[in-house]
This record gives sequence, C-alpha cells and structure tokens, in this order.
Amino acid sequence: MSRLEDAIAAGRFVVTAELLTVDTAGVYEKFAPYEDYVDAVNATDNTSAHAHASPLAVAIALKQLGMEPVMQLTCRDRNRLALEAEIAGAALHGIENICCLTGDDVTAGDEPEARRVFDLDSIQLLALGTAMANGTYLSGRKIDPAPHLFLGAVENAGAPPFDYRVDRALKKVRAGARFLQLQVGFRPEQTDAFMREAVAKGLADQCALIPSICLVRSPGALRFIDANVPGIEVPAETIERCERAQDPEAECFEVACELAEHARSLPGVAGLHLISFRREAGIARLCQRLEIPTREARADSRPVAV
Amino acid sequence: MIAAIEAALKKPVFGCHMCGQCVLHSTGLTCPMECPKTLRNGPCGGVRPDGHCEVKPEMRCVWVKAVERSRRLPWAHEIHDIRPPVDNRLEGTSSWVNLYTGRDKQTPEGWHVEA
Repeated sequence: MSRLEDAIAAGRFVVTAELLTVDTAGVYEKFAPYEDYVDAVNATDNTSAHAHASPLAVAIALKQLGMEPVMQLTCRDRNRLALEAEIAGAALHGIENICCLTGDDVTAGDEPEARRVFDLDSIQLLALGTAMANGTYLSGRKIDPAPHLFLGAVENAGAPPFDYRVDRALKKVRAGARFLQLQVGFRPEQTDAFMREAVAKGLADQCALIPSICLVRSPGALRFIDANVPGIEVPAETIERCERAQDPEAECFEVACELAEHARSLPGVAGLHLISFRREAGIARLCQRLEIPTREARADSRPVAV
Repeated sequence: MIAAIEAALKKPVFGCHMCGQCVLHSTGLTCPMECPKTLRNGPCGGVRPDGHCEVKPEMRCVWVKAVERSRRLPWAHEIHDIRPPVDNRLEGTSSWVNLYTGRDKQTPEGWHVEA
C-alpha cells in the first residue's frame, strides 16, 4: 500500500505537490524545499503539451530519491497499448499511485503541429488501470502478478458545465478513481458549490477530494495562467488586487493562503495539492502558515477533522 | 451501401464521423466524435468559461451541448453511462448494421466496467 493510500485510508489530512517539470537533471532540488510536508509528489506528463522527461522516468527518479511519486498519465500522447505499457512499467518499479488525465490539447503547447492521440479518455484510462489491477490487460491477457495500484484522476470544478462536474467525477469513481486532485481554481465559490454537491451525492465518501492551490510570484504569472492554461480562469479583481498591493509578491502569496485556508475548511476535503510555479519554497511556507504539521507529525497524531 | 445512406443522413444533421458504434442516443443526440479529443465520457477540464471548446474557441463545447440536450430527453440518465473505448476497426462501417448484429456492443475481454 502506498504512503498516500495509507494516509487517506487512515483519514489523515494529505498534502501532495506537483513537481516542476524536469528535463535531464535536477529532480531532488525541485522537491527538497518541501519534502517534509508532502505525502507524495506528482510527476507530470508533458504539462500544457510541452515535452519533458517522461512521467515514468521522473516517478522512478522520485522513488530512488526517497519521495513517493504520483505518476500522472494523460491520453494525449499515447494509445492504449502505450498506456498499458506505462502502467505495467510503473508497477515493475513499485509505483502505485497513478493519476489519470485527459490531457491538455496539443494546441496548448509549443509543438501544436503534433498528432493528438486520445485513443482513450480519462474515464476509460481509469477503467484500464482497474482492469490491470485486477490482473488483465484490456485484451483479457493475464498479468502475473497483478499490480497493486492506487488510481486517481482530476476534476475541474471551475469549468462548464458546472452542474455536471460532480456527476463526471462519480463516473471516474465507478471507473476506479480513489482520489481526485481538483484543478486549480481561483474562485472559492466554485469550490464551495462543487464540494457541497460532492458531499450531497456521496462523492466525498467514495474518494479523497484534494483541491489544488497554485502559488505564483507575480501578478504577471496570474495573467499568464489566465491567458494560457486551459481550464483555469483567474478573476480580474484577484489580479488587480495583487497589482495594486505595495508588495505584489507577498500579495500573491496571501491569495494562495486564503484559497488554501478556504478549501481546507470545506466539508469533504481530504487534503491539498500544492502547485508552485518556479518557487518551490512557497509550498513549505504555505504549510507553515496554515499550521499543517509535517508528514511525520501528521502520521504520529490521531486523525482530526480540519 | 447502408453505410453510404447512413453517412448521407447523419453527416449533415449530427456531423457524424462514421465511428460505426453510434452513441448519439445517450449523449443528448450530440456526436462526441465532434469533440477534438473525441471524448466519449464527458467534457475535459479545458472548457472555456463561456462554454466554448479549449481547442476550437469558436465552437461550443460538444459536451456542454450534450449535457444540456440530454436533460430534455426521457432517457436523460443515460448521459451517466460509462462508454467503452472506441473499436477503431469499425470506423467507416454502418452503426445501424453494427447495432442490428450486436457488433457495436462487443467490448474487449478485459473491459469489466458496468455502463
């Protein structure tokens, strides 16, 4: 059982983080500033359709460095055979946490001329992972031994159709998702609405819901996210608030802390997923500010409602 | 012959891509193959705030339309079905024939998720 699965099963508040993209070096430096706080770190899969080291390679590197990986897998770049190979390869290296995503389109990246694959969608990918955990490839061919997998996915509470997002998340649970890292959202009222419906429809009981918080250094970065990252909208008033502040960098951090505090207070929230653009140290600082104990301290204490 | 008739009728009305395993019935009569990512199980996370497509900003998201339209149908709950991966061998064949023969319901042996 992975550390993340164990923490969730025990009802402990979990913290995950997203590793900044890695090319040919520098994995440790990227998570070292916050390693004491997180249960696991996501190895991303060509984020925003920009090529980087493969998620499996990064997940192996994380594991070798003593950090538990969550291997992200998107449907954009691989057909079902390649996806099966990645999952089997992950299992071969003892990687259990796999987060299944649709993936940003190739047009969001720097090689928009590439062929998009999408042979499966994220729900079908989850079902494929479930099949493999039950001991067969999609064809029915046996996998011996069957891998132990802890499958998860992502849902975006901040993208239309808003009133279908929890239903889609429930489909993901039926397909095998046990945790959902929610897409970064800058509108707390959208997280509120999603979580209320998630609790009412039983989603929060069936899988761990982990809202994402994004830490940036400047209002310019917020503008960049708003304009360039598919599915994330940053309200103009948030950007203006940071621009007007005496210390814009500190104000950006305040915004992240407020969003994190708010997300943590919502019924049904199982943890936080922290994403820091070019500023890894912000993650540890945010945990300290919110008085989230270190991973070891969380493991030692009895589960408490936060 | 039947495939040609089906294409002639369904292409202008639904933008049919002749995947050969039609799911229009459960997707609010909106063809999911019109989605640039050909998603069969709901919208991706990239839908724009105005409900338009991440890839084609001028187009309304196929799934925003599908969810909306499905609610007006007596079998509205079918939007929640989990649809299996596309069988790429059926592309270009008639989904009417495949429905009649049951070929469109065949799933890989390792596919165990209940719809």
